[in-house]
Amino acid sequence: MDSSYKIIQAGDSRSFDGPHPFVDNSDPQGAARVFIGQHAGSAFAAAGPLDACPFIAIELGQECLGEHTGEDGGREGSNVLGLARFRLGSAPPTALVELVRQPQTRPAAIAAARAALTAAGLKVAICGDFPGRIVDRLIRPYLNAALRRLDERLASAQDLDKTLCLGLGYPEGPIALLERTGLAQHHDVTQALYRALGEPAYAPARRAQVAKARQRRAGFN
Amino acid sequence: MSDIETIGIAGAGTMGAGIALVCARAGFRTRVFDMQPSALERARDQAGAFLRKSVERGKLAAERLPQIMGLWHGSTRLEDFADCALVIEAVFESLPVKHQLFGQLDKICAPQALFASNTSTLSITGIAGGSGRADRFIGMHFCLPAQLMKLVEISPGLATSQQTFARAWDWCERLGQQPVKTQDTPGFVLNYFLIPFHNDAIRLVEQGVAEPADIDLAIKTAMGYAMGPMELLDLVGIDTQKLLCEALYDATGEPRAACPALVKRMIAAGWLGKKSGRGFHPYQDDKMFGA
Repeated sequence: MDSSYKIIQAGDSRSFDGPHPFVDNSDPQGAARVFIGQHAGSAFAAAGPLDACPFIAIELGQECLGEHTGEDGGREGSNVLGLARFRLGSAPPTALVELVRQPQTRPAAIAAARAALTAAGLKVAICGDFPGRIVDRLIRPYLNAALRRLDERLASAQDLDKTLCLGLGYPEGPIALLERTGLAQHHDVTQALYRALGEPAYAPARRAQVAKARQRRAGFN
Repeated sequence: MSDIETIGIAGAGTMGAGIALVCARAGFRTRVFDMQPSALERARDQAGAFLRKSVERGKLAAERLPQIMGLWHGSTRLEDFADCALVIEAVFESLPVKHQLFGQLDKICAPQALFASNTSTLSITGIAGGSGRADRFIGMHFCLPAQLMKLVEISPGLATSQQTFARAWDWCERLGQQPVKTQDTPGFVLNYFLIPFHNDAIRLVEQGVAEPADIDLAIKTAMGYAMGPMELLDLVGIDTQKLLCEALYDATGEPRAACPALVKRMIAAGWLGKKSGRGFHPYQDDKMFGA
């Protein structure tokens, strides 16, 4: 199985914003193509036919892979995968890569992409092409609920965090985690998920809305 | 100083077995009640296996193992709780069942004995109402796996006396656990968050977003959690998750607390989690977590 790949950088990458073995392993003669950066999808669209590649990976933001590949009534899928290295707000990227597949994505393409990523020390979770993928889909309602319970005075922020850390072995409680990584960014992600999924659990909690409003007032988007 | 030395644990399921082990390990005479002799036998075997592994890992002196197991007494007779200064109930989440149990215990135990419930979702005030001693009743919610997790949510009901709260808190510290005071609200703190979180994870499997192993890997890697949600669900038990959902949904009406259809199908198939050998993952044995 040929797992060699060439990285095409198209703008700033949220997944790889500094040196990393996955970037170092890029080979100009590589058989596969990896498009990273905020304009990865546009670069893929401009690249021409790549059907012979063992795999193609496009870095995703909040969007679905289908926005770049098109969809075909549930029959979509080829050698193209989505790629997103998980990071929470301003925290550095984690070792997790969510590798997005479509219903008919070729198993050989998934295997080749997985091999290339794991060779660089990354851990790969395969998921379908849905908003929020795995981690955001699961943790954002939990973080929203923590913010709401704080408003409802169920417990102080410290007691809430302490209870969840001691009781579940979490390394950090939800309130401290959000304060460290950015409530405004939590607002942006939950707003996008709320729009996509329409479920109230994703609607940004009041404290996240306040943080976003203050960020805007300070002249940032 | 707490006067509590003999503890009764009602129910030898996953939680009861874990709590009993914590009590005996801390040096308390521990009586474990279950109507099923096989449940008592399994709980005792699991405790022995866990302690042997602790010795192998250098976390427990070898001579402590027989001492601890010497403090662990199983019984199918509730009357054997007559000398208990504290009874912790860990039977399944049914208010009538808990009322019946505490009604019997009220006749058996001394008037000064404290009653506690390890309920995850039911109201402490509601359970205390059928105990015959609401002022000496308190919520003591241990976390799964109890033999490893230090937290105990201590929740007073409306009628719980300050003296009861102080005795329970003091004993909990002597046990080597870390008590946190929580309000008598549905799910307290932990399960208010955990039950819907687990349901969300189950729905990802139902909707084909990801396989259980990928969900566990993603959450553990991204968030640094010790266990993934599907692994923890298998440990809790799929049938227990259904009861937890029903109790929390009944109390809150929160859509995320509603029991996912997949849970009911898994129960019908006998896929109850680690205890049945299959849940979201397959299992080869029924060893206690950490053994």
